[in-house]
Amino acid sequence: MTVGRRTAFLHARLLDPAGGLDAPGGLLVEDGRIADFGPGLREAPEGAEVVDCDGACLAPGLVDIRVQFGEPGAEHRETFASGGRAAAAGGVTSLACLPGTEPPIDDPAMVEFVARRARQARLVKVYPYGAVTKGLAGVALAELGLLAEAGAVGFTDGARAVADTLVMRRAMSYASMFGGLIVQHPEDPALAQDGVANEGAVATRLGLAGIPAQAEVIMVERDLRLVELTGCRYHVAHLSTAAAVEAVRGAKARGLPVTCEAAPHHLALNELEVEGYRTYAKVSPPLRAEDDRRAVVEGLLDGTIDVIASDHCPQDQDSKRLPFAQAAFGAAGLETMLPVCLELVHTGRLGLLQLLDRLTRAPADLLGLEDAGRLRRGAPADLVLFDPEAPWKVREADLHSLSKNTPFEGRLMQGRVLRTVVDGRTVFERATAAAGA
Amino acid sequence: MAASELPLRFHQRHLLGIEGLAPYEIRDLLDRADGYVDLNRRGDKKVALLRGRTLINLFFESSTRTRTSFELAGKRLGADVVNMSVSTSSIKKGETLIDTAVTLNAMHPDVLVVRHPDSGAVALLARHVNCAVINGGDGSHEHPTQALLDALTIRRRKGRIEGLTVAICGDILHSRVARSNLFLLTALGARVRLVAPRTLMPAGIGRFGAEVHHDMREGLRDADIVMMLRLQTERMRGSFVPSLREYFHLFGLTYDKLAVARPDALIMHPGPMNRGVEIDGAVADDITRSAIRDQVEMGVAVRMACLEVLTRGLRAAA
Repeated sequence: MTVGRRTAFLHARLLDPAGGLDAPGGLLVEDGRIADFGPGLREAPEGAEVVDCDGACLAPGLVDIRVQFGEPGAEHRETFASGGRAAAAGGVTSLACLPGTEPPIDDPAMVEFVARRARQARLVKVYPYGAVTKGLAGVALAELGLLAEAGAVGFTDGARAVADTLVMRRAMSYASMFGGLIVQHPEDPALAQDGVANEGAVATRLGLAGIPAQAEVIMVERDLRLVELTGCRYHVAHLSTAAAVEAVRGAKARGLPVTCEAAPHHLALNELEVEGYRTYAKVSPPLRAEDDRRAVVEGLLDGTIDVIASDHCPQDQDSKRLPFAQAAFGAAGLETMLPVCLELVHTGRLGLLQLLDRLTRAPADLLGLEDAGRLRRGAPADLVLFDPEAPWKVREADLHSLSKNTPFEGRLMQGRVLRTVVDGRTVFERATAAAGA
Repeated sequence: MAASELPLRFHQRHLLGIEGLAPYEIRDLLDRADGYVDLNRRGDKKVALLRGRTLINLFFESSTRTRTSFELAGKRLGADVVNMSVSTSSIKKGETLIDTAVTLNAMHPDVLVVRHPDSGAVALLARHVNCAVINGGDGSHEHPTQALLDALTIRRRKGRIEGLTVAICGDILHSRVARSNLFLLTALGARVRLVAPRTLMPAGIGRFGAEVHHDMREGLRDADIVMMLRLQTERMRGSFVPSLREYFHLFGLTYDKLAVARPDALIMHPGPMNRGVEIDGAVADDITRSAIRDQVEMGVAVRMACLEVLTRGLRAAA
């Protein structure tokens, strides 16, 4: 890996959703920052390292606002180092990590721990969420004020819904005092109780307990009423149903401060994936009926869905090699996010710039990460260089994550990250087939 | 002029709350109380105004401070004082309260001072007795004598109430002291700010003339008076506020936060204080800034004034 004071990326297809730029050109990095970029940049200055992009896409590094690490407590699943490598291989340069670790990120000291460990890994930029409730138990408020001061970018109980209505009300009321963002896993736990798959004909045939689509929209609609009451900023995680998308659409039309996200697997896959009891397809919320999948895609196209986030949830073999009902929920997603989403571009549903907006500018703006998600002179050089057409097959051995639980295993993808740069430093390069140190 | 020589302006039968009192009625009580402050500082503190009369302190909620204050007030006016503490577990709501009232009424007390954990309970009881009733605090509703003694403290230290900026900080949601103070201070022309986390601020309180603040530094800016309310630590189970240390960090009164108030701002607290929760210990003990001890002294005088005006009918009839 070369560390040059100046690096020129030439002959690239420059893409910057924030600036509406999609044109051939170049980009100059100096001292870790973007010094210049544009269609006019065709030559490298004297002494600069040159990266010939050969027509590949050069865009702001992806911003993934929903990633679960296993550190602390489950380091065998994913450490900040392995997760950082996986992120870099996926073109992600900034990510927000969920508090579902052991111990959870419900204390300011834990926020500082995460920041420090991520810095030590020296790969991608990691921003921690703080918990909404202590111990993620859904009962007592976590120290939201102190968490925010320590650097938490938002509050969430991770894979658990804040189920008690009064607790959610108070959390929203309290967080709204300092403009805090509450992120909810939208699932009524009582309705979802023992469910492991989408409630419907497929689950019935396989004899699997179902989670009705209503479990999602009931929670979303309840929370939207609380948003009306408190004015708190609210973000719905991994939407998977038509009804919930519709509810968010209506709330936005009414002017409520609501945003939402979809995960790549809910955009690309439906409940048929669990055929054969494939536990790599066991995710929360579950893969839904085809109608729901289509509605989620429509929501992305019409702007109801603001952001795409991987919902990277690493699980080790022991947790997945079990009867379906006993297997852990979750799919690893950092490395497949971009190519899975590019499918929408390849099929003409969405323009490349529009797609990238949902993966860069929009998530960065949502969390207030001013320097991320855009090409800007003077900003840190966080970039992804990718070939949108390059074909490859998802193979366990090629994945950088410690956990290989991807529902896309064995699939043919079109679109591959070639190089990822953070603060001007290459943290991933495809040519050497290894992550940067 | 002795308190009992002032022309009578207060004509209410009971003192159930500040809401509904006219400003001149409030001033009447404060002026009388001023006279009693002087009396209490003399060697012989007794006057015979209520000699032969019976005052019953009927407390359904425990309190040493307020009850003792009323007891002293009554005794200094020459009354016979009886203290009744009724534990909440032995009292069912509603009917038994009225039964208690009716029973007591048969003993012909002249004044009842009542404290009850339920809002509105004192008014309910008052409808079933013939004597005058003073509300010693009902639920989250009102504590009129506290607001009166707070006002007297302010008036004596600052020379006026009108035009002052008063910041009341703490658990406003559950506080009868906050409500009574809000009514009284706005009635007398002060500017009231309420400072609390959103989870401890009652809905619609802005309609009663208060400025609502969730940022303590904004709430204390240029304040003349900083009134801190006790935070009940049983609420620290994380449901309203996450923890003591976060509460103190955001809403506890420290010199650092106090710095944005006026340099001569007065610190008040109805007591008892949780040091290190709502107020830093050093700030509370700062005799150049704190009026907390004055408040206690004013309390007895104010209660004597209230007893005086509420028993005027007995003396007129005699």
